[in-house]
Amino acid sequence: MNNQTSVNMNQKTTIGISGLNFFYGAFQGLKNINLNILEKKVTAFIGPSGCGKSTLLRTLNRMYDLYPGQRAEGSIMYHGSNILEPGQDVNMLRAKVGMVFQKPTPFPMSVYDNIAFGVRLYENLSKGAMDERVEWALKKGAIWDEVKDKLGKSGLSLSGGQQQRLCIARGVAVKPEVLLLDEPTSALDPISTAKIEELINELKQDYTIAIVTHNMQQAARISDYTAYMYLGELVEFGETDQIFMNPTKKETQDYITGRFG
Amino acid sequence: MPNVHSSKQYDLELEMIQSKVLAMGGLVESQFHDAMSCFRSGDIAQAEQVIKGDDTVNQLEVSLDDACSRLIVRRQPTANDLRIVMSTFNIITDLERIGDEATKIARSAKSIKERGPAILNHFETVRVIAASTSSMLHDALDAFARLDEKQAIRIIAQDESVDYEFRSIMRNLITFMMEDPRTISIAMDTIWVAKAIERIGDHAKNIAEYVIYIVEGKDIRHTDYAAANKDSAG
Repeated sequence: MNNQTSVNMNQKTTIGISGLNFFYGAFQGLKNINLNILEKKVTAFIGPSGCGKSTLLRTLNRMYDLYPGQRAEGSIMYHGSNILEPGQDVNMLRAKVGMVFQKPTPFPMSVYDNIAFGVRLYENLSKGAMDERVEWALKKGAIWDEVKDKLGKSGLSLSGGQQQRLCIARGVAVKPEVLLLDEPTSALDPISTAKIEELINELKQDYTIAIVTHNMQQAARISDYTAYMYLGELVEFGETDQIFMNPTKKETQDYITGRFG
Repeated sequence: MPNVHSSKQYDLELEMIQSKVLAMGGLVESQFHDAMSCFRSGDIAQAEQVIKGDDTVNQLEVSLDDACSRLIVRRQPTANDLRIVMSTFNIITDLERIGDEATKIARSAKSIKERGPAILNHFETVRVIAASTSSMLHDALDAFARLDEKQAIRIIAQDESVDYEFRSIMRNLITFMMEDPRTISIAMDTIWVAKAIERIGDHAKNIAEYVIYIVEGKDIRHTDYAAANKDSAG
C-alpha cells in the first residue's frame, strides 16, 4: 500500500518505520506499518481507541520492553540502525527519544530535581552547569516564569497544566532529538491545552515530534503530518491539510467527519 | 485585532489572510482605475492590459479561498474570528466581481475606440458616478482594514446616491438616442459602463456590510440598518 504519495519526499526522515508488526502475546496490535517520521515536523496519530496509535508510539523508544509477552517485528530505523534489534542501548535510545504521558507524572521531588534527575543519569554536570541546564529546560517547557521562585518546592504542588509542562521540560532536559507525546493534554483544561499546543509549535524548531491524540481538532491545529489508524493498520498518512481537507480514503473521511461507527 | 491568541501561528494566519484580501482589494482598485482611464483615452493597449490583469485577480480569489478553508480546518475559528473568515469568503467574491466589471469597462472602451470617432462625450457622462464609486470602494477597503463600522455605515448610505446617479445617466442617454439614432451604439456602450460602475458600488456596499457583521455580529443585509444609523455615523 502506498500511503506516502502525498508526503514531500525532500524532507529528512528521522525515524523510518517499515513492515512493523506488534504483538501483545497472541494478539496482533500493529499490522505491517510503513511510515516515515520527518525531522523537525509534528506527526500526529489519530484513530479510535484501540487502533494501535499509542502502541506504535511506544515501539519508537521500546517502552514495550518493560512488559513481558510484548514483541515487535520489522524495522524502525533510527540513525542507521534498527532499534528493534537486540543489543541496542535502550537507555541511550530513551534519552534521544523522550516521552511524555497522558497524565502528568512529576517525580515526588522538587521542581529543580525533577529536571536534574534525568540529566544526572546521562551527564556529569557541575552545579553551575546543572543550574543552567535546569533553567534552559524550564524555559523550553514554557514554565520558567511560573516556577523560577519555587524551584525547591515539590513538583506535585503545581497545577495539572504546570505539571505537564514540567514533564515536557524534563523530557527536553536530556537534549533528545525526538519527543513522543501520548495524549499530553487530555487531562488538561483548555487554557493549559492551548499553552502546551503553543509549546509544541515552538519545540518543533529543534525537535522531531510525534503525538498521539484523541482530539482530531488538536491534530489539525498542531501537526504537519497526520496518520489515521484503525484496527492496528495505518489507513492513511499525509500532510495534515490534505488529510483534513481532502482525504483520499473514505474510511479517513468518515472518521474525521464523525460518521464513524 | 487588539487581543492576541495563545497560538501565535493562528494570529499569523489570520493576519496573512487579511493582508492578502487588502492586496487583492488594491489590485481591483487599480484595475477599475485603469479601465476608467482607457475608457476616457481610448488607449487599446491599456484596455487589453486590464483584461489580461483579471487573471491575477481570479488567481488571488482561488488562493484566498484555499487559505480560508485551511484556516477553518486547522483552527476551527469561533466568534469574531469566525465572522472574519466567513466575511472574507464573501468579500473576495465581491472583489472578484469588481474585477469582472473592470474588464467589462475595458471591453466597452475598446469597442468604442474601434468604432471610430465618438459622437458623444461618453466619459463625461459617467465621470461623477465613477468618482463616487471609486471613493466608495477605497473607503470600503479602508473600513475593512481598520474594522471601522462607522465608515461602513457612511458607505452604505452613499450607495443610494450612486444608484440615483445611474438612473439619471440612463434617462440622459435615452434622450440622446431618441434625438439622434446614430448615437445608439455609443450610448449603449456607455450605459453598460455606467451599469458596471453602479455594480462596483453595490459590491463596495456589500464589503461595508461585512465590516459591520465582523464588528457587531449583526447581519444587516437586506435591512435598513444603515439608514437608521446614518446619524450616529456622522
